[in-house]
Amino acid sequence: MKGDHHMILRVIAKCLIPLILIYAFYVQFHGEVGPGGAFQAGVIIAVALILYALVFGLTATMRAVPPWFTRALAAVGVLIYAGVGFWALLSGGDYLEYQALFGEPPGEHHGQHAGIIIIEIGVLCAVSGAMTTIFYALAGRVAEIRDEDW
Amino acid sequence: MWTFILTHAGYWAIIGLMMISLYIAFSAENLIKRLVGLSLFQTTICLFYVTLGKITGGTAPVLLPADMPEHGAAHGAGAAAEAHLVAGGGERVAELVNVYSNPLPHVLMLTAIVVGVATLSVGLALIVRIREVYGTIEADDVRAVDIETALAQEAKLESELKEATA
Amino acid sequence: MTEVMIGGTGTALINILFLGMLFVVALAIARLRSLFAIVMLSGVYSLVSAAWYILVDAVDVGFTEAAVGAGMSTAVLLGAMLLTARTAKPEKPLQRLGPLVVCLATGVMLIYGSVDLPALGDATSPANAGIGLTYLKINWYDMGVPNVVTSVLASYRGFDTLGETAVVFTAGLAVALLLGFGERSLAETLKKTPKAETRPAPRGKDGNAA
Repeated sequence: MKGDHHMILRVIAKCLIPLILIYAFYVQFHGEVGPGGAFQAGVIIAVALILYALVFGLTATMRAVPPWFTRALAAVGVLIYAGVGFWALLSGGDYLEYQALFGEPPGEHHGQHAGIIIIEIGVLCAVSGAMTTIFYALAGRVAEIRDEDW
Repeated sequence: MWTFILTHAGYWAIIGLMMISLYIAFSAENLIKRLVGLSLFQTTICLFYVTLGKITGGTAPVLLPADMPEHGAAHGAGAAAEAHLVAGGGERVAELVNVYSNPLPHVLMLTAIVVGVATLSVGLALIVRIREVYGTIEADDVRAVDIETALAQEAKLESELKEATA
Repeated sequence: MTEVMIGGTGTALINILFLGMLFVVALAIARLRSLFAIVMLSGVYSLVSAAWYILVDAVDVGFTEAAVGAGMSTAVLLGAMLLTARTAKPEKPLQRLGPLVVCLATGVMLIYGSVDLPALGDATSPANAGIGLTYLKINWYDMGVPNVVTSVLASYRGFDTLGETAVVFTAGLAVALLLGFGERSLAETLKKTPKAETRPAPRGKDGNAA
């Protein structure tokens, strides 16, 4: 970035971005007992990256989180989700039947909890990866936002 | 009659909002404005859907402690205690102490919103490509350019045909 | 009398306030021509409707709308706006007539249909007395997860959510295939000397050829 007139923005963003990321993980892992979940957490992670890109420039963001990584993350997320389904199949249940993951009788919840947590991680990867890819694709077309455009 | 109006006025207000956003999507020639109208329309449909699932006196569908009977409290305290409680008459269908709103519309709309932004960005990507090719994002200008190109192609074909026959 | 509304009198007033705000924002979007203002107002619309979701007990949906509608989609729309145009062309007055008639007719038909809908907040309506109530009742025994929305989303309707995740992934892929993965900007910025601060010429033709 040129000049010093964005200094306050940079300092504040540096403080905020880690908090936003921690909040995203809180939303992710607290989703079972309160409002929230993987869809929201994934979008919040993408928004933290967008804030970083807006303040520090797209090139720095792409060095930190390369485009190939976000692409792969989106695909891996869907694979994790689908993989849980096959795990349930191999354990003798139906597709995505979490009760069968550990072969528990109804009323026991370890399989359900494990299944929900793993697929939520999959959704987190897929949503944050896809959203960041979309942002990179759109933002990658302009080299830099001119000041008079604001 | 008054009661009827009071219980249905919410629907009518949301239908009014829906029609305004439909109007934006219909009347705008600018493609970005049209997409904004479509995304407003989607948001309003979600509003309608979620409002249908509201129950008077209900609360958000996150179970309160009164509706989480003992068998869950033994979580982590050992599977043996849990199995004992289940065997001692664990009932699958519980009677709820509190009133909760219908969770099903929430689930459906939650995913619809996320898919909505994904499809919105596909539309925007198409618009960016249209801008790069046509130099405009007004629908009627794009149409005019299309007609011009088609006419020019036809004229070129005709002249080539004439040259070939001559 | 006020009991039949969503809540008490205070809640009814809040309802009217929020719906009124939504109306004002929607009408402003319909009238404005500056795309920047339109995009920002659509973010405001999402934020106000997130408040409405909280009011009708949909805390998860409100959260999603605030994060996705007000955050992500505004950012994406702004990015697309930067690449295209700043203002919309004024509409011809005659052009408005057709859409107006269509929307009025559709609205009247929908309101006529809404007469048969169950009252707002009716616990015994078919929609609310069916599978939704069953999910609430069996959730604690089946899952041991307090948030019913999460358990329905991830477990009872897990297959549905798998499809939605695949759609999000496919949309990301489609955007990347249409616009490139963003490496073009990376390469441009890397090879650009600090002197050449101006934006490259409008890429009408080279984008066409790509």
